[in-house]
Amino acid sequence: MHLILFLFFGGICVAGAVNLLLQRHPINSALSLVVVMASLAGEYLLLGAEFVAAIQVIVYAGAIMVLFIFTIMLLNAGEEERTGKSRVAIMLGVPGVAIASVLVAWVLLRHSGTGDVALFALPGVPHDIAQLLFHDFLLPFEITSILILIAIMGAVVLASKPESIAKPSAAEPAEQEARELVASGRER
Amino acid sequence: MSILTFAIISIIKSVAVVFVLLTAVAYSVWLERKVSARIQNRWGPTKVGPFGLLQPLADGVKFIFKEDLTQPYVYKTLYIASPIIAVVFAITAISVIPFGNSITIGPITTQLQITDLNIGLLVVLGITSMGVYGVALAGWSSNSKYSLLGGLRASAQMISYEVSLGLSLIPVLILAGSFSLREIVNKQQHLHWNFFYLPFGTIAFFIYLISAYAETNRTPFDLPEAESELVAGYHTEYSAMKFAMFFMAEYSNMVTVACLSTLLFFGGWLGPVFGPPILQSLLPVMWFCLKVFFFMFLYVWVRWTLPRFRYDQLMAFGWKFLLPAAIVNLVLTALVVAWKPEIWLVH
Repeated sequence: MHLILFLFFGGICVAGAVNLLLQRHPINSALSLVVVMASLAGEYLLLGAEFVAAIQVIVYAGAIMVLFIFTIMLLNAGEEERTGKSRVAIMLGVPGVAIASVLVAWVLLRHSGTGDVALFALPGVPHDIAQLLFHDFLLPFEITSILILIAIMGAVVLASKPESIAKPSAAEPAEQEARELVASGRER
Repeated sequence: MSILTFAIISIIKSVAVVFVLLTAVAYSVWLERKVSARIQNRWGPTKVGPFGLLQPLADGVKFIFKEDLTQPYVYKTLYIASPIIAVVFAITAISVIPFGNSITIGPITTQLQITDLNIGLLVVLGITSMGVYGVALAGWSSNSKYSLLGGLRASAQMISYEVSLGLSLIPVLILAGSFSLREIVNKQQHLHWNFFYLPFGTIAFFIYLISAYAETNRTPFDLPEAESELVAGYHTEYSAMKFAMFFMAEYSNMVTVACLSTLLFFGGWLGPVFGPPILQSLLPVMWFCLKVFFFMFLYVWVRWTLPRFRYDQLMAFGWKFLLPAAIVNLVLTALVVAWKPEIWLVH
């Protein structure tokens, strides 16, 4: 039963990932990514990591992907245009991907034990995760949160109006000219 | 319990709960029409059955027999899928809601809940957060300006208020020490309802209620379907049963919010219990239903009393007031509970 469910969710996950690449409209690709995220949550549940599964759905499938779709809707992005098949991509890309996947599979099969682990033996319930995050690995956890805070502040600085942050003198002359053009609203 | 009995009991419970939920949804529409009519000094539905009680049935039949228009310019797959997404996630959320203690029939004792999970609350939040897709995709796939604007507003609003909704629930989790909804209710015995934990529980409750109203797109936050600006918002292009599915999704989300408010802040099914065993297991369900009914009534009351926000007011209120308030409340609760746990935690 466990194996059947694993193959089921894994199959959906891979199918979603392939569909993501094959679809030409960005909304369809984004939705395929949602399917990938949700089926990954299913796999986490099978490992007994119910907290991680719930967070995966809430954060990735429920929040981040909604933002993706929101952006696609807002920009009204059109269908992707397929360029002609690049010869370099076929010559180098396909063997490269094949070698990389073989390498990954080989390393994983070689270095992971094939022994059984009882369900719920691994940390997965909220209590265990809290113990790990707030006790055993408190310092790395807090530092990560500060890193994220810095990233947020960077995003705010980048997104805010340029005249209040960056002085025009700091910009390159061409860029400055372009900025003046935009600011004055003139056309070329 | 063998796996067969388990399966049979689960199926019976699921069917019963979904049936009750859908009936509750139908009759919330009736309640809404009736109460709104009384607020506006009208009668509301009176013709079909006594007090218009059969009106939901008549509405359902009408929805089924209406012509189902699919405009030629829509993106067909997503257009058909989005009402299904909305209604499926709205109904699934009920699966972890406990509505009573346990019941014993013959040799079998079972909990009055489809399934009790360690992470019940997170499951509800996860499922309801997926419901946004129904609304957003409906707006986009309709390929019409009003729908698109409605869908955009809905997704922006739901993401914004989801943050303060989640943060407002953490004080409750701190007080209860568990994600399991059954556990959270059991910690509120003897009128130790989280709502009465002044001031943290009370503030958390009001932040939760306001954000939940925004999450369910109800007045005063119903900008995604503001009829005076957007015709009907994201479901402008839908008709017949597809339109009804959005309606069902909205009302079952309301029921979920009412259930969560009851469970998290008002002691769930807890209340005076007496009498023979069968009454002892059914009285809690009645208390639960009464509390849920109160919140459904509050929904209707608020909708027909308050005017709608402007869009910038909505965003400013969510991000500049509700979110900081929720964070401050969370931090203060954590500090106080860590300072004197013996006063705050009931074990």
